[in-house]
Amino acid sequence: MAGELDVGYVAQLARMHLTADETELFQKQLGDVLHYAEKLNEVNVEGVEPAAHGLPIFNVFREDKAKDWFTPAQALSNAPRQANNLFIVTKVVE
Amino acid sequence: MTKRELPALSIVEVQDMLRRREVSPVEVLESLEERINTVDDKIGAYLTRDLTAAVTEAKKTDVALPLGGIPIALKDLINVEGQQCTCGSKILGGYRAPYTANAIEKLRAHGAIPFGRMNMDEFAMGSSTENSSAQLTHNPWDLSRVPGGSSGGSAAAVAADIAFGALGTDTGGSIRQPAALSGVVGFKPSYGRVSRFGLVAFASSLDQIGPLTKTVHDSALLMNAIAGHDSRDSTSLDAPVPDYAKNLGRDLKDIRIRLPKEYMIDGVDSAVKTAVTAAVKQLESLGAEIVEVSLPHTEYAVSVYYILATAEASANLARFDGVRYGHRADNITNLFDHYARTREEGFGAEVKRRIILGTYVLSSGYYDAYYLRAQKVRELIRRDFAHAFEKVDALASPTAPTPAFKLGEKTADPLQMYLADIFTIAANLAGICGISLPCGFADSESGKKLPIGLQLLGKALDEARIFQIAHAYEQSTDWHKARPKTIAEGMKRAGKAGEL
Repeated sequence: MAGELDVGYVAQLARMHLTADETELFQKQLGDVLHYAEKLNEVNVEGVEPAAHGLPIFNVFREDKAKDWFTPAQALSNAPRQANNLFIVTKVVE
Repeated sequence: MTKRELPALSIVEVQDMLRRREVSPVEVLESLEERINTVDDKIGAYLTRDLTAAVTEAKKTDVALPLGGIPIALKDLINVEGQQCTCGSKILGGYRAPYTANAIEKLRAHGAIPFGRMNMDEFAMGSSTENSSAQLTHNPWDLSRVPGGSSGGSAAAVAADIAFGALGTDTGGSIRQPAALSGVVGFKPSYGRVSRFGLVAFASSLDQIGPLTKTVHDSALLMNAIAGHDSRDSTSLDAPVPDYAKNLGRDLKDIRIRLPKEYMIDGVDSAVKTAVTAAVKQLESLGAEIVEVSLPHTEYAVSVYYILATAEASANLARFDGVRYGHRADNITNLFDHYARTREEGFGAEVKRRIILGTYVLSSGYYDAYYLRAQKVRELIRRDFAHAFEKVDALASPTAPTPAFKLGEKTADPLQMYLADIFTIAANLAGICGISLPCGFADSESGKKLPIGLQLLGKALDEARIFQIAHAYEQSTDWHKARPKTIAEGMKRAGKAGEL
């Protein structure tokens, strides 16, 4: 399984450019990590429920009531680009 | 006592002086600032601090409050309105927090003053603080070594007496491991004990905020401040918070402790084995009953962790896309490049590695083999602890397999770096609480004293008992009184022996 990792392809899925050097290095390093993780195949997990948390966590509900939160100015205070109370982004639709 | 010695005091000792009006909150801050200025160029613990803002807060604080007038340093991933919060990453360069974390609101309500943003591994990913995009942090006991990580700046600052106490975060050991390597007390609360509202998420099912301090008592006081329910974190536990200082000083009769055999494996440094074995004997001499227990799935914890934590991180870090905050790449013509180049430029190597790994284990065709299987083994690890805590009150172990390693020693081999967390990771997977406290020293080849940490793990929400056991051990030894020689320069803890 560890041999099936294609770092270049996964980097595309993760929307992250890597240099050729990084791709080669991560291929080796993450191959080692995945090889180490193959030890999990030794464990008999038949009938075991997967745990998403260490402790039992239940859905939490609250009243559907509006609360004060950021003003537009606060929400935009770290925007790389903004205008007219909006985030300006790279063109999405041609 | 001269003003210069003030930063060497514990929180409890400074509180005493503040309440007797022997010193003012502003003088406490100024003496701390003076010491930071003389010491931190060697350590590199602080990323930034704002003395003027802190002094303004100090003038308004009420010293009668539980932490009135005490400056507390913050790992640079906890939001405080108006302050930077870089997470040790270039991608958050220039970011100013527009809101304040629940833990900090609570600290302030207890009179504490947030002062200083501490260095860390980028997005808390690392065990040495070498993954910070900003600077290296040096271990105060041996400047050629790492302070541990990822809360390395917080740990080193407390060890070097340039912070009275600090907050860090622990996802797989990031409070306990640097506490061990730097020779301070580090506490990881049970999952859900401290609100994560305002904490930048790494792995949401594992992250917890917790204190790093000089003493167990100080740790309990900080936990008294930050623990408790918060409706803005849906995983925050709605359970009563006891006074964590109330059990301190109680004896250890009726306490049962076990050193699990799975934690004394090959690869544990001999000085670490000796110190931890002696610490368990010491606990026995204090009245604790030592009983047998086994945690058979221990050896799988690192694998489970690096699948689940990276999977969660790959999802959490998708928010760093250059749209609403943080770095955005220049001269971009299409949306894919907007994301891909922004993230290429903003993230460091370890963060990229973990995003790749996490994306892979969640991807179609590999989800069942990696992610789902790891979640099932997580359940088995959780059951190991549940069974163990039917028989014992605490598990004792080394916090880390070795004392502090050299800067640069493990950076080329991520797997070796991951194995530095081998004894701390399982507690996060199981959601339980734990502490690391000083239990001895190893000698480096150059004759430096390197601290060793004793880890005590307790069941979920049993923090008060872990503080009780840790305090009894600490008070029966002198380890916590020792100060690093490299920077001690004649400083002494008031009324105590000074360095070893």
